[in-house]
Amino acid sequence: MCLAIPLKLIEIEGNEAVGERDGIRRQIRVDFIKDPAVGDYVISHAGFAIERLDKEQAEENIAAAREVEQVLREMSAQ
Amino acid sequence: MSGLQAYEKIISAIASADIGNINLMEVCGTHTMSIAKSGLKSILPGNIRLLSGPGCPVCVTPDEVMDAVLDLAVKKDVIIVSYGDMIRVPGSRRGITLRSLSGAGADCRIVYSAMDAVKLAEITPEKEIVFLGVGFETTAPGTAAAVISAVEAGLKNFSVLSLLKTVEPALRALIAEEGFNVQGFICPGHVATIIGENGFRFLAEEFHIPGVISGFEADDILVAIYRLVRQVEFGRAQIENEYTRAVAADGNQAARQAIKEVFEPCDSLWRGLGMIPLSGLRIKEKYKDFDTEARFGIHIEPLDIKTPCRCGDVISGKADPADCPLFGSFCTPEDPAGPCMVSSEGACAAAYRYAM
Repeated sequence: MCLAIPLKLIEIEGNEAVGERDGIRRQIRVDFIKDPAVGDYVISHAGFAIERLDKEQAEENIAAAREVEQVLREMSAQ
Repeated sequence: MSGLQAYEKIISAIASADIGNINLMEVCGTHTMSIAKSGLKSILPGNIRLLSGPGCPVCVTPDEVMDAVLDLAVKKDVIIVSYGDMIRVPGSRRGITLRSLSGAGADCRIVYSAMDAVKLAEITPEKEIVFLGVGFETTAPGTAAAVISAVEAGLKNFSVLSLLKTVEPALRALIAEEGFNVQGFICPGHVATIIGENGFRFLAEEFHIPGVISGFEADDILVAIYRLVRQVEFGRAQIENEYTRAVAADGNQAARQAIKEVFEPCDSLWRGLGMIPLSGLRIKEKYKDFDTEARFGIHIEPLDIKTPCRCGDVISGKADPADCPLFGSFCTPEDPAGPCMVSSEGACAAAYRYAM
């Protein structure tokens, strides 16, 4: 449940935004990010962006998240 | 230097520290999982013991609360909306879960975000939508935002059963327990995103216990362990931040403001730790129309429940999963007896998946 994922913001309308990673899009809220902009990377947790990341850090996190998801997939396939 | 060489270098530095036997505790379900899947415990020197603390929100939710949730689920016209893990948690009556009740006609839905519950309430005005607000400081802001959205939308059929808890009072209770024997904390990175480095300073300043805020990758955790070992070796106690890529010293003020707007601290019941003063978050009087407890007249009282399940000891660091008589036989991920086995982030589920 505590797993948070990095997403790139590709659309923003008020507090609603669309985050994207690996071609998968997710509707998230950006209530807690000051002045969010398209192209920003954020950490998303349970549907809410909780912090902004810089691009390099986000790419590092994305690689790690892929690995964790792979493990989760293997676990649920068992 | 390759990744493997870097690992070996860190591990040999940890092994060469002159510190005797120490216990280090993480308090985050994602850390539990990451440690289990990476096999970190097996590559660390034998004098470093890693414990899983009360960091999985599902695992610290006690039977009494699950009983109340399950009683609510069978009420006519109620839809229980929850994050996935809660669906399989039994209360004091083994085998009865939201999932089993769904098979018997109850309406329980899994959502990804608290906002999904608000949307469901908007399109289902004839039903009472009860959102199970479970989690720590990381999910509390989103739950608060959902309540505020429900107010703005003028919803009359949406409420939150707040099971939210905060990390600091639980750590204080744990430290005050007899036999507490932890020399350093691996602090949860995503909670720290909200409460900041400052939210953990009490560990070092009041109790002289070192803490390192860590991200969720195995190498983040390894570096955190190394830094804790160094602090122990030199008798230092500081809060270091290994997860600088996401955590600011002061955390996320807007998120904390949202929590403060909707919730206030209250006494809260934890599995394994009992009632901890001011460790929970309840909905303020101002928003009582959106408080499930007020709406349905629910009072959660501690019960004297006798069970051989040792989840409580596991999350307070007194027992390893394998010390529990039910582990792996009467309690497995397919047929869990306790929440540490139900949640994929629970210490027992992690130990079972990666060790059995």
